[in-house]
Amino acid sequence: MANKSVWSDNRFWQRTAAWVTGFASILLIWLTFDTSAQISMGNDADLKNGVTKRVPGPTVINYKISYEMSTKRGHEVPYIGGNDGKGGSLFKEKEKFFGRDDYSEKEAGDLLHLGKLGSQAKNCMDCHTLMGNGAYYAPDLTKAWLDPAWGPEGSMQAVTGKSTKEEAMAEFLQHPELYPTHARMMPNLGITAQEAKGLVAFLKHLSSIDTNGFPRNFGKIQGALNGK
Amino acid sequence: MANNYLKSESKQLATWYFTFAAIIFGAQLVFGLVAAIQFVMPSFLYQILDFSIARILHINALVVWMVFAMFGSVYWLLPDETEIETVGIKVGKLLFWVFAAAIVVVVLVFLFIQVGPADQTTIWFITEGREYIEAPRWADIGIVIVALGFVANLFLTGIKGKQTGIVTVLMADMIAFAGLYLAGMFFTDNISVDQYWWWWVIHLWVEATWEVFVGAIAAYGLIKMLGAHRQVVEMWLWIEVSMLFGSGILGMGHHYFWIGTPEYWWEIGALFSALEPLPLVAMFVHVLYDWGKTQGAQEAHGDKVSVIKNKPAFTWFVLNAFGNFLGAGVWGFFHTLPQINLYTHGTQFTAAHGHLAFFGAYATILIGMFYLAVQGKNGIKVMKSTKLSIWSTAMITGGVMGMTVALTIAGYVQVIVERAQMGATWSGYFDSQSGVWFTQAMDWRLLMGVITFLGFILLATDLLRTGKSAIHER
Repeated sequence: MANKSVWSDNRFWQRTAAWVTGFASILLIWLTFDTSAQISMGNDADLKNGVTKRVPGPTVINYKISYEMSTKRGHEVPYIGGNDGKGGSLFKEKEKFFGRDDYSEKEAGDLLHLGKLGSQAKNCMDCHTLMGNGAYYAPDLTKAWLDPAWGPEGSMQAVTGKSTKEEAMAEFLQHPELYPTHARMMPNLGITAQEAKGLVAFLKHLSSIDTNGFPRNFGKIQGALNGK
Repeated sequence: MANNYLKSESKQLATWYFTFAAIIFGAQLVFGLVAAIQFVMPSFLYQILDFSIARILHINALVVWMVFAMFGSVYWLLPDETEIETVGIKVGKLLFWVFAAAIVVVVLVFLFIQVGPADQTTIWFITEGREYIEAPRWADIGIVIVALGFVANLFLTGIKGKQTGIVTVLMADMIAFAGLYLAGMFFTDNISVDQYWWWWVIHLWVEATWEVFVGAIAAYGLIKMLGAHRQVVEMWLWIEVSMLFGSGILGMGHHYFWIGTPEYWWEIGALFSALEPLPLVAMFVHVLYDWGKTQGAQEAHGDKVSVIKNKPAFTWFVLNAFGNFLGAGVWGFFHTLPQINLYTHGTQFTAAHGHLAFFGAYATILIGMFYLAVQGKNGIKVMKSTKLSIWSTAMITGGVMGMTVALTIAGYVQVIVERAQMGATWSGYFDSQSGVWFTQAMDWRLLMGVITFLGFILLATDLLRTGKSAIHER
């Protein structure tokens, strides 16, 4: 049967499918190379030399992290070690993490490694979201480190009887069933003290990742609504 | 088995796959109900079968039953398309048992061991803790071996027998489907890199390779059930492949908005994912068009009898055309633009989309394949709907639609209260979860979930019984 038009020719559409798929795949692979370079983890030298990385090195746990509006980028970005006033991180202000702000690359890396493994071994993602991905039964953890609930103005330090954010978080993670914040409670997942420390390091590191302004307005309106 | 009309071993193997898939489908719904009850009554099974475990089982059972039904569908259609017995069927049968046994072990470990210490043994033997692909590493390797065996059977049969357009598409699609799983099999401390590759599995499965699979199955179904013209059907199939891969591959950008990846994904993701509904419209038009055309051609010859050779299966295929467009297309487009996704990402909106999309795009057509297998196995020429099949279809579809609407409303509350007003904090989250509209939505979701489950019981009963019914033409 002779084809009347190319538009009703199966061979034409088969070739179109192959070309379109090939082109889209090549573009994706090319973008993957670019993105992979941009999201590779930084190191301690980057932090010391003031090099901004989308995913900073593990020793970011030695620094103060904040999440503030950048007029340059039009959304909130994480600032590491203070805000330089020009839309970038200052990499100066340190912050004690379990009493120290001098973790070596190896020590901080080990903690992050333990925390990331723990986040998977305890199935965190099947109740919580991390960077918005996961389940919707519990709060998003992207900026949990910066959540006012754990800060000096929040209630969790008093509730857990601890005087720092990281100790309060670690205590909660080990015995969540003792500190209910809602009828929906986190179960005891057998998290050890060392694993809890790793998980808190993982959460602090997570809060330093540049997520293009997600979540929006994090913690901005705390206390302004519902008479809180 | 008495009265087994199946001459082909490939088709017999397909019925094994379908049977196991239907059982896991039931398990998926049971664990979904547990999770839905926990949203309403958080103390339910607390510290026994926590939400995280119920949800792992809910979503992994979903993936597993669909993969089983997909493998079954391929084994079912191969002898029809290639006109030969599937090559390596003995290996195929062995792999079925390996696969099924591995799944049972993984489920038992999820159920009774649940979590492990923060080290590699947990990743290898208990859970990988990565949504949808939690299965431990040993099972990953097993799955890859099983998938390779399956792909080998498909390729050897396709090369030896008649290679139709449908078989060609399936060959290309299934090797990508199996190969992509490898992207989810490594551990990294860098969560941005982790999620980047994790989406290669999840997105390129459900928004690319699985959709193309559905296109191929729909094409086969239209030829089988309506006697649609192969050349027309296959031309549509190639157009669908172009549109699905053309939009779906780079549509992956919509998962790269907020995971640490560069800003250019906003534009790429927005553009290509906004195009993703288009092939779904095309598929919808295609199914209804072929139905009308074939029926019209027959009536032009003075024959008023329906062209449909399998009413319940065709009902599910039409529901697939609707459901795919509505669940994947419309509900996906709702929140795919970054300006909106900034607020909806990670809320019940996603859950609403997930429920209707997995059901509309995949569950429907795979249930349709179950009915085609029942027809073939019982030597039925024209299969009619039964009261049970009509009720089960109505209850399952109505139940899933109801859950979707309820979750959409819950999503709205969450977006407005938690995200827009309260800024996504812990207290903002729980304020949204405690709102009356949210809790009411969760009550409705549970009720609709129960209806879906009852519908499934009717469906299973019908699948077991209808083959022997006297109403069909034999």
